[in-house]
This record gives sequence, structure tokens and C-alpha cells, in this order.
Amino acid sequence: MKDLGSTLLREEAFEEIVIGNTAVARAMVEAGVRSATSYPGSPTPEIAEALAAIPADRRPLRFEFSTNEKVATEVAFGSALNGHLSVVFFKSVGLNVAADSFVQLSLMDIPGGLVVVLGDDPGANSSQNEQDNRHYALMSYVPVLEPAGAQEAYEYFKLAARIARERHTVVILRLTTHVCHAKEKVRFAAWKPEPLDPTPRFDPELQNYIPIAASVFPLKRRALERLASLASDPLALSAKRVDDAGNRKRGVIVAGNAYLSLLDALAEARERPDVLKLGLVHPLPAAALREFLAAHEEVKILEELDPVLETQIKALAYDAGLRTRIIGKLGVEELMGEHVPGAVRRIMAATWPDLYDAPPPQALPAVAAPRPAQLCPGCGHRSAFYAVKKALKDDDITVADIGCHTLGHLPPYRMGRVLLSMGHSTATASGLALFNTTRRVACFIGDSTFFHAGLPGIANAVYNRHDVLLVVMENGTTAMTGHQDHPGTGRNWNGETTKLPVRAALEGLGVTNIREVDAYQQAKLTGMVREALAEPGFKVVIARHPCMLKFTRDQRRKLKDAWKPKHVRIDQDACTKAHECVERFGCPSFQRGGGGVVTVSEDLCIGDGSCRQTCPAGAIVEKTGGAE
Amino acid sequence: MIGNFDIYIAGVGGQGIGLLSEALIRALDHAGLEVKGCDTHGLAQRGGSVSSHVRVGAGAHSPLVSEGSADLVVALERHEAVSAGRKYLKEGGVLLWFDASWQPLDVRLGKEGAATEEDVEEAASLRKGRALRVDGEGLPDPRMQNVAILAAVCRRGLVPGLSLQHARAALSDLMAGGALEANLALLAD
Repeated sequence: MKDLGSTLLREEAFEEIVIGNTAVARAMVEAGVRSATSYPGSPTPEIAEALAAIPADRRPLRFEFSTNEKVATEVAFGSALNGHLSVVFFKSVGLNVAADSFVQLSLMDIPGGLVVVLGDDPGANSSQNEQDNRHYALMSYVPVLEPAGAQEAYEYFKLAARIARERHTVVILRLTTHVCHAKEKVRFAAWKPEPLDPTPRFDPELQNYIPIAASVFPLKRRALERLASLASDPLALSAKRVDDAGNRKRGVIVAGNAYLSLLDALAEARERPDVLKLGLVHPLPAAALREFLAAHEEVKILEELDPVLETQIKALAYDAGLRTRIIGKLGVEELMGEHVPGAVRRIMAATWPDLYDAPPPQALPAVAAPRPAQLCPGCGHRSAFYAVKKALKDDDITVADIGCHTLGHLPPYRMGRVLLSMGHSTATASGLALFNTTRRVACFIGDSTFFHAGLPGIANAVYNRHDVLLVVMENGTTAMTGHQDHPGTGRNWNGETTKLPVRAALEGLGVTNIREVDAYQQAKLTGMVREALAEPGFKVVIARHPCMLKFTRDQRRKLKDAWKPKHVRIDQDACTKAHECVERFGCPSFQRGGGGVVTVSEDLCIGDGSCRQTCPAGAIVEKTGGAE
Repeated sequence: MIGNFDIYIAGVGGQGIGLLSEALIRALDHAGLEVKGCDTHGLAQRGGSVSSHVRVGAGAHSPLVSEGSADLVVALERHEAVSAGRKYLKEGGVLLWFDASWQPLDVRLGKEGAATEEDVEEAASLRKGRALRVDGEGLPDPRMQNVAILAAVCRRGLVPGLSLQHARAALSDLMAGGALEANLALLAD
């Protein structure tokens, strides 16, 4: 069996099949990163999983999951100020959370160098939008390198780290979902471990680190000049390639994963355009772009999401007096979704209709029911939604937050019907409760999100006396992103730590109306919600049950061969086909057969029994060995 | 191998599709083929549709398989076999499916009918391809269905150049001890 931890520490050059995220973890080791921080969010958590595979006593860098992306960025900034090469990584929308501090970074002299690894998500595969974070780079004067696949993710990380360290600055490595998760054989270089120099080198004489009023301007000037100089830096420019097909009429400028899709899309094309593939996407390599534009009659700018390259390249061509026909986005469709090979083929055919002889193969119309993600068998959130729904009227308003419990908006629960961002729920609910005397307002939040961005909204609800019920769905982990710990669990990434209970945090914020119940106690939870909703002001019900996916995995791991699967079964003689289990409680273990007969899938059922109390006929029974 | 060979794997979160695609990619590498791929993780928890893309050959650039282009579609569940076959199978391709049923929400709510074996056959025949059914009979543990289907891919020669010995080498990279022994038994010649 290959051991990932040892692989990541190999000192000789080697090659291995890895995903982009794992390649980045190895690049961190080779580049000499000392401090890495993050908040979990797809598509980046596997970077932390790779680091976790390295035994703690051999790990050449310190890692933490911070409480949110802004905090993670600040910890990384601080360690880099002391001279340690530092990294912070998080998902696309995490940069919104981090933005207040992030936009200041280019004003700072950062002796250790700081790399921000972004996991952008074109296609919104696992995010609430598909925002294009290159906009942030433009507004904050931060350079961006953008790899196409796992090999480049590894190489560009090392390049980003080198630029950051040599220039005492911050550099973005912008990954996208299918770069993070692209799997291929990557060629890694040798690594020579260097001992840590722990000397804290922060020097307030190096620059004025307090940007305010007039002191901002010298710092901004330096940031702008640094950025401009990078556009002609041979090291930064090494991250680009030209595929010269000898086509002097048509060319394509592309970056990132879309480059690989373009190569696939051109495989069946009648004509091969030249391709300029950018690695450094901010600042743009102006000289190389001018040369490429001048050498072609028509150039297509192929870029995923927003026309960030397009607007700059068109301006550059205008300033240079170039007459090249530049073809950018041809409609809103080109601003949406991932540039997968099929999409790029459609775009190229729309750009140059004579490029293909025949249309590409199409999918046949779907006939099978779609399968949205859902709460797992045994999930405490299912019991909680089922019970809370009973306490609410049909027109009461429910507000979701981000996490597994967001799935409650789907049938059959239909709980939590509006969503903005991490931690928004209490404050959005507070607004929904204004002037509102007829429809009660309840909101939900999970425990990791509670600590991430939920606290200010709760303090505000207490402070400004909002009339809202908050249900904290506490499952003791950050389940959605792969079961990371959080401040309420008593463990951090490195081991045991101070536990900050949700209740203590609520009390500290001044919440006085708090109830707690195990989410499996459905009747009690329904009663508590009814009582709480009848009381004025801000009130909280903590509906607690451990994540059963995690619990079951842990039990299996602990008990090994002694672990025995548990199931429930339907007593078909007692069943009245009321279908409460399959239609309203909605555990996916219940399968509907011919004649309305309900059975239990033993592939899915974990025997938690949270369903048994929902059956009006008492027909869900514990399956005992061999029965049935 | 002449040209590329694309494989699309579909299943339900929790079925072990990640291990199947990792083992398949490594097996293809052990067979001396150039291979790349990608898992679609989406939301990390159980119960939604999940897929993996595996691409073989020097001419495959993107890690993603295009619609209507898969030489081989592997599905670990009946509804997913219908959906994936209709979306990804190319003309003349093979749809290998494991006959388990995890009903999607709308089927459980009584809003849609459940997929049948005939639906799977139809998906393949509309593409002028073949549907090959695998079931779990004789499996010591339902969680081993992913390795059972890897064995079926190798035994039936569905990927040119790939054999059981490559699959065994791949699993030996990925696991050890009793789990490895139990799974290697499924991959015996």
C-alpha cells in the first residue's frame, strides 16, 4: 500500500498519480512553506487531507483550520510578516469573507511571502454562485497565476511562492474545481528539507504598516509599480506557452482549465488555430499579447466566466493601434457555466462556423428521476426538520444557512426557503420579522457556520431586540465539507483544545431564552418550538444530534470485526400504507414498491431508529438477527 | 491502443465510486497506458448523484469526458445507469451496470416511476450499444460492489489492454491487510 504521507516527503524526484490539490500540498513542502491556514470549503479541503497524511512529527509546516477565511488570511499574513513563507487556501466565496483584510495585503511588505490559493467554482458545482475572483485581483493589485491541470498546479504554486518570497508580497494561485480534482501522473522534483528558522523578524521600520489617510499613497504606489514590473518579469512570464500551428489568420488566447478543453475541442476541427495559453493572468504579459495579436487577423479570447481578459486585451489592442479582429464573449451563455470540452466546442463553432464538419454528439433526453443530494439515513437534521415543521403554520417563514441542513429546503420538508451566505440566517430572519405580525420567522444554522459568521447576526438580534427563533442544528462537526472540527468540538486540526460550547457562546452574546434537546426527541422538539415561538424577542432552540455518517464510520473503525450492521424493517402485517415514513419523514432507506408496499433498503439503513416514532401504525420495528 | 478511450462512471454518494475510479486509473497506469481523470465531488455528503471521468490515451487533454462520447459507461445503480447511459454513452459503446436500486427522491415520493432493467437496455440500444448487467450475488459485503464491478470490467475485456493483474496491482497500492485480501479474492484469475 502506498502511503501518501511518505510520498509527500520523498527527497528524490518521483512521479505519482495525484489530484491537483495533493500536487499543491507537495509543492508547499518543496517551496518551504512554514504556515498554512484554511477554512474548509469545496474544492480545496483535500489540500488539508494531504497535509494530514504526513505524520505530525515529520510535517515540515504548521497547519490550522481557522474559524473563517478572514481569520485564516490574517494568521497567514502575521506568520509571513515574521519571515515565514505562508499559505492560505479556501473556496471561491471564502474570498468575500476574507476580503476586508485581503484587499490590504498588496500595501504590505511581507518578508516571508504569502500565497493565497483560491478554489474558484465555475459551474457552481458546490457553491452558491460561480463568482470570478480575478475581479478581486484587479481591485487589489495582486498577481494571479492560473494552472490548467494538476502538473501545472504544482509548478505554478512553486512559482507563486518564489515570486511572493522574492518580492515580499502576496500572489494568488487561482485553481478551479476541475483543476483541484483533476487526477494525473505528476512529475515532482527533489526536495531538500531546510531547518526552520523560528526568529520573529517583524520590523515596523521596514515600512509604515498603518495605512491611513496620506500614508496609503506611497504604499499604493509601490503596489502598482510592483504589479507593473511583474508584467515583464522573465520568471513570471515563464508561465505561458504558444502552440504555433502556423496559422496566421486565426488565433486563440486562453487560460486555465479551458485550455485543455480547447485542445480536445480542436481535435476534430478542420483547421488548427494558433493558441496563446497564459499562465500569469494578472498582470497581463502585454508584450507577448501584442505580438500574438499582431500576428493574426482574428483572435478569439476564450475565458471561463467573466470577460476579464477580454476587456483588458481589447484596450491593449486599441492603445497599440492593432487592427486584429478580437472576438470576445458572444452572449450571456458564454459567461455562465464551466468551459468543459463540449461547451468550448460549441463556443468555437459559434466563433468560426466553418471550423467543424458535423455537430458534436449530444446527450439523449433524460428519463430517469434526478437525484439531488439529500440528508443521510439517521441524520439528526431530518428529525429536526420533521419536528419543527409540525410546530409551524404553512405560511410561517423559514430561513436557511449554509451546511448540510440547507438540504432541508427540498421536499418533503421545505424548511429554510431563502439563502444568501455563510452566517446570514439570523440577520435575514430579523429583517423578515420587521412590521410582521402574522407570519412567524424561524431560521436555522449549523454549528460550524455558527462560529464562522453566525455570531454577529446573533449579537445584533439580541442588541436590537429582533423577534426571531433561531434553531441551531448542532451535529458536532463540519459535515458538508468532510467532517472537520470547529471551536465547539474540543478538538482542532492538531489535537485537543479548549471547547467552546454553542450554549456558552450564546449566553456570552446575551441570549437568555435558550432551549436544548436531542433532535431525535421529535415530540419534545416540536413542543419546544411551539413554546418558543409564543414568546417575544430573540430565542434559540439547540437541536443536537451527532452527525450519523461520521458516528457510523467511527464505530466501524473502532469496533472493526465486532461491528454489526443494524437495520429497521417494516412489519407488513401492521403497515397501513399511511406512507408517513417514505413521504413525510423521507429517509432515503425507505423504498416504494408495487401496490404502495414500503420496504427498507439494508444498503442504506443504519438502524438508528429515528423513524420509528413517526409511524402512526407502529409498523417500523427493529430488525433482530435472522428475522424476516 | 489506437486513439482515446473514455470511461464515465456514475453512482450514488456512498457507493464507493471514488475507490473504483482511483483503482481503475491506477490499473490503467499499471497497464502502461497514459491516463487521467476527475471525480465530481460536489457536496461531499451521501445520497446525490456522483460521477468520475477516466480518460485513456495521449490525445485526451481535459480530465472530463464529453456527452455522447464514452466508450464505456459504468453505473453502480439502476437509475444512474439509465441517466448516465443516455447522457454519456457513445454509439456502439458498452454500458456496464450493477443491479442495485437506491430510489431517488421523486420515486420515493411517488411522483416518478422507478427505473427498470428495460430502461437500462433501452438506453444502450438507443446508442446501438450493449448493456451488461452485474449483480451482487455471492458478494460477502455489499460495500464491495465497486471492486466487483472493477473485476467485471477486466474479466470481460471492456478496456483494451487492461487485465485483472493490473487491477490487483492497483488495489495493492491503495489498501492493505484483510481489506486487501478480501478484495483481491474478487480479482482472482
